[in-house]
Amino acid sequence: MNLFTIAWKSLKQRFLSSLLTALSIGLGVMLMVLVLVMFGAVDSAFTQRSIAYDLIVGPKGSDLQLVLSAVYRMQPPIENLPYLYLEQLKNDRRVISAVPLAFGDVTQEGSFPIIGTIPEYFENEYMPGHAFRIRGKRINGQLDTIIGYEVARQNGWDIGSTFTIVHGGAESGHVHDEKFVVVAVLAPTGTANDRTVFLNLEGFYALAGHSKPVKEVEQRLRDFYAADPERLATAMEQIEAFKKIEAEEAGAGHDHAHHHHTTPDAMKEVTAILIRTRPDTPFDAFSLAAELQKGYQAMAVNPVKPIQKLVTGLLGNIQKALVALTAIIILVSGVGIFVSIYNSMSDRRREIGIMRALGAGRMHVFGIILAESTLLCIGGGLLGWIIGHSLAVASAPWLIRQTGLLINPWAVNPWEATLFPVLVGLAALVGFLPAMTAYRTNVADALSS
Amino acid sequence: MSLLLERIRKSYREPGGRRLPVLGIDHFVMKQGEQVALIGASGGGKTTLLNIISGILTPDSGKVVVDGHNIAAMQEVVRDRFRASKIGIVFQTFNLLPAFSALENVLLGMSFSGRGVDRAFAKQLLERVGLGHRLNHSPQKLSVGEQQRVAVARSLANKPVLLLADEPTANVDPANQQLILDLIRETCRDHNVSLLMVTHSSEVAATFSRVDTLKDFNRPELCLQEQSA
Repeated sequence: MNLFTIAWKSLKQRFLSSLLTALSIGLGVMLMVLVLVMFGAVDSAFTQRSIAYDLIVGPKGSDLQLVLSAVYRMQPPIENLPYLYLEQLKNDRRVISAVPLAFGDVTQEGSFPIIGTIPEYFENEYMPGHAFRIRGKRINGQLDTIIGYEVARQNGWDIGSTFTIVHGGAESGHVHDEKFVVVAVLAPTGTANDRTVFLNLEGFYALAGHSKPVKEVEQRLRDFYAADPERLATAMEQIEAFKKIEAEEAGAGHDHAHHHHTTPDAMKEVTAILIRTRPDTPFDAFSLAAELQKGYQAMAVNPVKPIQKLVTGLLGNIQKALVALTAIIILVSGVGIFVSIYNSMSDRRREIGIMRALGAGRMHVFGIILAESTLLCIGGGLLGWIIGHSLAVASAPWLIRQTGLLINPWAVNPWEATLFPVLVGLAALVGFLPAMTAYRTNVADALSS
Repeated sequence: MSLLLERIRKSYREPGGRRLPVLGIDHFVMKQGEQVALIGASGGGKTTLLNIISGILTPDSGKVVVDGHNIAAMQEVVRDRFRASKIGIVFQTFNLLPAFSALENVLLGMSFSGRGVDRAFAKQLLERVGLGHRLNHSPQKLSVGEQQRVAVARSLANKPVLLLADEPTANVDPANQQLILDLIRETCRDHNVSLLMVTHSSEVAATFSRVDTLKDFNRPELCLQEQSA
């Protein structure tokens, strides 16, 4: 019989007290596992490659705001970029995909953001290795929409549902007349796409209120292309031509607001452009970003870095605080184990005396007590680990619904790997004094007690 | 020779610092396989003597030779191991461990000897004491007589050369007393184990061919004489 078998038998003898003591450790470990699973989900959503693009291009401003609005759809867009700029980027040899996003509107029901984009958005992966799974058909008409999984679930929409959208965010209160129709629903992605309604970029431009006054557009183009007179001249030509058509139509008495003529590219704007560069030359993304920064009123940001800064700066500390808190709970439970074993020592004095009389050495009984505290700590820890992950499994569907985070309840955080060595250390710490009591037991006295 | 005690002196320090002499034995011998009944009054030093012979206590001076080895001169860790493998003990209160079954109590004794456990021999011993059908019973589920029989089996688990029995029938009902006594003596005889049995009972002592009375050969005052000298 080895030390652990003997220790296990002793623990079984005090089953209820042993179980409760182990559970107290288990509770701490369970809380730690839950904290780590939750933060693991937040971490993978915000700090890993949560988007399969290398750069996000937007107007100059806050890089964090650009990422929050373009990727996470949490912030209103900063400003817009000329559509012509998209064409320019598409022609860059370093760019293999440039997908425009235009937004600013929300659904009337549920206030989900509306994004105008191109089919290429769905052809690209939304996360590295994860392609969109779409139930339904492609967008053809101007009023066709593809809705995210959460939009469908929360609003109770499915293919064929119709809805209206509010211009410029929920506060503006201006509801577009158009009735949009759901033609496809996305499978859950665990990203902001789940909470987004997509429509055709052309359809987006055709919506009333989405064309800016010509003067404003002219001014923006001048600002944007201040350093590139050649492109500015091309853009201005298009504007002049457009002005001419507008003037003719006004003369002929057309209702501008409801006449969807083709808008020239120079009049169009996009909110952000998602860029994929060639995967074999990672330097392309850097050089492109640096170039964009210098030449125009635009910026290109890495879609991960600003969020990573935010998450490690803010959430990282919260995670550390919560992990520290659960560590304290585990430590307090460790004190509970110490008290439990230490209190049992006076009852077990005779038992130890008998073992010593049978030939067990001092180190033997010392080891048996340490084995007991180790079994309690490791057993409790294992119990807590299993309960923690089981709870995560059980609550994952609910959490995914509530938070939109893709939770992997069995994902083992590196911190968890350190848990068990730490528990062994804790067991040694809390078992040491009781083990010393066993070590010092006077056999003759113990047997006569 | 199974046991030799030579010039054993043992005293305890009292709270006031004064020493209380307990044992002063100049010479005591037991041959291999011999069975001796030791009679002594309460407080006469019987338990201290057994503790010294088993190596649980060490004498202040003198030799305790068991199977040719002076255990009084051994380091504690060696003495523990020696006790586990060479000396069997049957206690008055049985001292079975409640967390372990009858069989496990016997195996536990084996596991401390460092020679590994021999499950077949442990079962054989329990069968020998009539408990082959109660191997997996915990001590609480055994009668008093059965518990003492398990204790006897445990004391022989490591094939000792010397068995120390401290009033083994004192807490056993009369019906079981003779049974236990016979069992201890027969198994000792079967395995050629020397037996030193402490008893209060003159009836029990009467069954032994050699009966020693502790006060006849124990002179605690020797401790004081040597100290003052």
